[in-house]
Order: sequence, then C-alpha cells, then structure tokens
Amino acid sequence: MEINYVLNGRKIKAEISADDMLLGQLRAQKCFSVKCGCETTNCGLCTVWLDGVPVLSCAVPAARAEGHEITTLEGLQKEAREFAQFMAEEGSDQCGFCNPGYVMNVLAMARDLKNPTEKEICDYLSGNLCRCTGYTSHMRAIKKYLAFLKDKKAEEAGDKA
Amino acid sequence: MYSIKEYVIATTLEEAYNLNQKKTNRIIAGNMWLRLGNANIVNAIDLSKLGLNKIEENDEEFQLGCMVSLRQMELDEKLNDYTKNALRDCVKDIVGTQFRNSATVGGSIWGRFGFSDVLTCMLAMDTEVELYKAGRISLADFVNMKPDNDILVKVIIKKNDGKANYQALRNAATDFPVIACCAVKKSDGWSFSIGAKPTKAVRYTASLEDIQNNMDGTLDDILEKITFGTNTRASKEYRKAMAKVLLKRAIKNIETDGQEV
Repeated sequence: MEINYVLNGRKIKAEISADDMLLGQLRAQKCFSVKCGCETTNCGLCTVWLDGVPVLSCAVPAARAEGHEITTLEGLQKEAREFAQFMAEEGSDQCGFCNPGYVMNVLAMARDLKNPTEKEICDYLSGNLCRCTGYTSHMRAIKKYLAFLKDKKAEEAGDKA
Repeated sequence: MYSIKEYVIATTLEEAYNLNQKKTNRIIAGNMWLRLGNANIVNAIDLSKLGLNKIEENDEEFQLGCMVSLRQMELDEKLNDYTKNALRDCVKDIVGTQFRNSATVGGSIWGRFGFSDVLTCMLAMDTEVELYKAGRISLADFVNMKPDNDILVKVIIKKNDGKANYQALRNAATDFPVIACCAVKKSDGWSFSIGAKPTKAVRYTASLEDIQNNMDGTLDDILEKITFGTNTRASKEYRKAMAKVLLKRAIKNIETDGQEV
C-alpha cells in the first residue's frame, strides 16, 4: 500500500507492507537516528514525534503516518546540538545508545512543560531507559538546558522590547 | 510478532463492524499489545479516522471515544477534577509518556487485561461502555462478557456525587502492577475494585455504615471472596495482604480529601 506523509518537512510517498511499523519506514528513509532498542515498547529509543507528539515508532503502524507529519532527530539538529552540549558537559552520554530517543523526548518535554519540577521531569521521561548513567547526570544536563532556554527566551523578549 | 495482510482505514463504524465479523480480522487500537502477539491478521481495521479520539462532557456524563489516548485522559483537567485525579493516577505509571500517547482507552478496556490499571480504576466508578451493536452496558457486566465481534465505541463515566481514589503497587516503576485497587465513595455507599490479582479486576460494594463502623472486618469479608493468584511478580498471599493496605489507604485518602495518610 502507498502512504503519503511529511518527514522532517519533506513530502514522502512510500510503498509499505500492511504490517510495517513506522520505525522500519523511517529507517528506510535513511533516518538512522531512529533505532530499535527493546521492540516491546518499553525503552523509548525509537521515539519520534507524530504531529509534534512523542510516540514509540516501533508500535505505530506505518500506515498510520498517512497524512501526518513525522519528526525525527534528523529534523531537529539545531535543538539537538544545543541539548547534546549540556549532555556532553555533564557526562550523560556514556555509551550513547539511548541518546536519540532520549533527546527527542527531552525536546518534546521542553515544549510541553513550563518550568517543570524534578518530579515532573522524571515522570515525563520515565519511558526512556538508560543503562549507563543512573540518570543523575541526565538530570543535571536537563536542568541546565532548561535554564539555558529560559535565559534565551528572556534575552529574545528583551531584544524585542 | 503479528502479521497483517491488508491494512484497512475504516471510513465508517458500519464498515469496521462488517469487517470485524470475520475471526481473521482484528481492530487496531493503540497497537501496543496486539503487535507483540503472533496473530495472522487478514484485515487490520484501523479506527483512527473516525473522530473517536475526543473526550466530551455533558451534564450527566463524560464520554471518551475508544481512540482517546491514555495521555489525553491523564491531561484532561475536567475529567481529573471530577475523578479527583483517580484517572490520572491510574495511568501515570504506565511505561512512559510516549507509550501513553499511543495506547488507547478502548484497547485497554476491550482487552479486559488482568494487569489493566485503567479497567481497575473505571470499574469502581459508575462506568458504562457503548458497543456499536449491543449499545450501552455497564462496565461491570462488560468485564465478564466473552470477547465477541462487536466494537467498543465509547467509554462513559457517569457523573454522580462520588469521590474516587486509585492505588497500585509495583515492584518497579512503570512495570505492571502487582495489585491495584480503586475506591469510590458515594452518598449511598462504597464501591471497590481490585485488579492485577493477577487476573482481571472485580468489583464489590459496601455500605457507608459498614466501612465507618467496621472497616477491617468489611474489607476482610470482601477479600475472602476474591481469588488471588501467584505469578513471578508476587504470591497470592502478598497480593491479598497488600490489597487490604491499598484499599484502606484509598478509603482514608477519600475521607481526608486526598491528603496523604
């Protein structure tokens, strides 16, 4: 069957099998940031945005992408680099395997939540598993990134005024 | 993993219903659980384009379309104001945000899964389901029906004067619950549901007087009627003991207006 969707701002027309998952379709489109970690919808590694909402691409039928907008890490390079800098500084990348899904969900959280508490951050990211860090360095990186975004917004608001 | 021959995006409920009459065809809801099985599906029937992803409210009830995601339930302020956050509490530990953005209330209820937080929570409330052909029936009846070829269109939470509280115990965060309980207090009595026993949830009621004058004895009587089981997560004895703790905690939370007890 044929599907039409928008991937990182680019129109895609693709031929898929009825039981293809979105994860496979995105890798077929050379979005290799999208990886399969557990294949049981538990680890968060395959996180992409469907119309701006984070979902697990290993469980979304590719056919459901029809008419929708899909965003992967490849489409968020500027934001991802900004956040990755904080991760590197705090030593929270380690093996790096979980990073793509984790970064996608942190960026979604930064858009969804205003001034989240530590608990709210933990709750939002509970579906992203990391087996290296123990999450402490992740938390430091996220807090510094959110503070950076806040300062940036304040600066932009100041510039406009 | 399952296999699918044809993927059909239904344009009407009638089309979906007619397709669903064949055993080899299956409704696709959130697809979180279904895809982990090994069913050979001829026609996968997708309901996502039927506008069933809305939470609607009127004077008598909340109506949740079957494709409403668990995350929508979690974030809906009116629904959570009304249920005293019981619905939010019952889904907040289910895997993660991304999972809950896809998993649906229809899939959770239709599956009548033993581990279901959603089923346990809604069963204690005044909840009905709307089936495409069979119409509305209470969730308490639906939970004991054998799965058939009808379609669950909506889940309806009736408004009453009830106060709800949901409690669950997990061995690890985001895992299935070891035991789950919900209590609802109305002006005419209490209702309780106990799920993840590990089989599907059951519902019991008690009078206001019995809980007020003899809480321990009343809960013991209820728990004696329930068959708890043992699996790799917990023993039946542990489940039974923890069910009482959680029910008492839920009752006390309701009596103290949600303050920690």
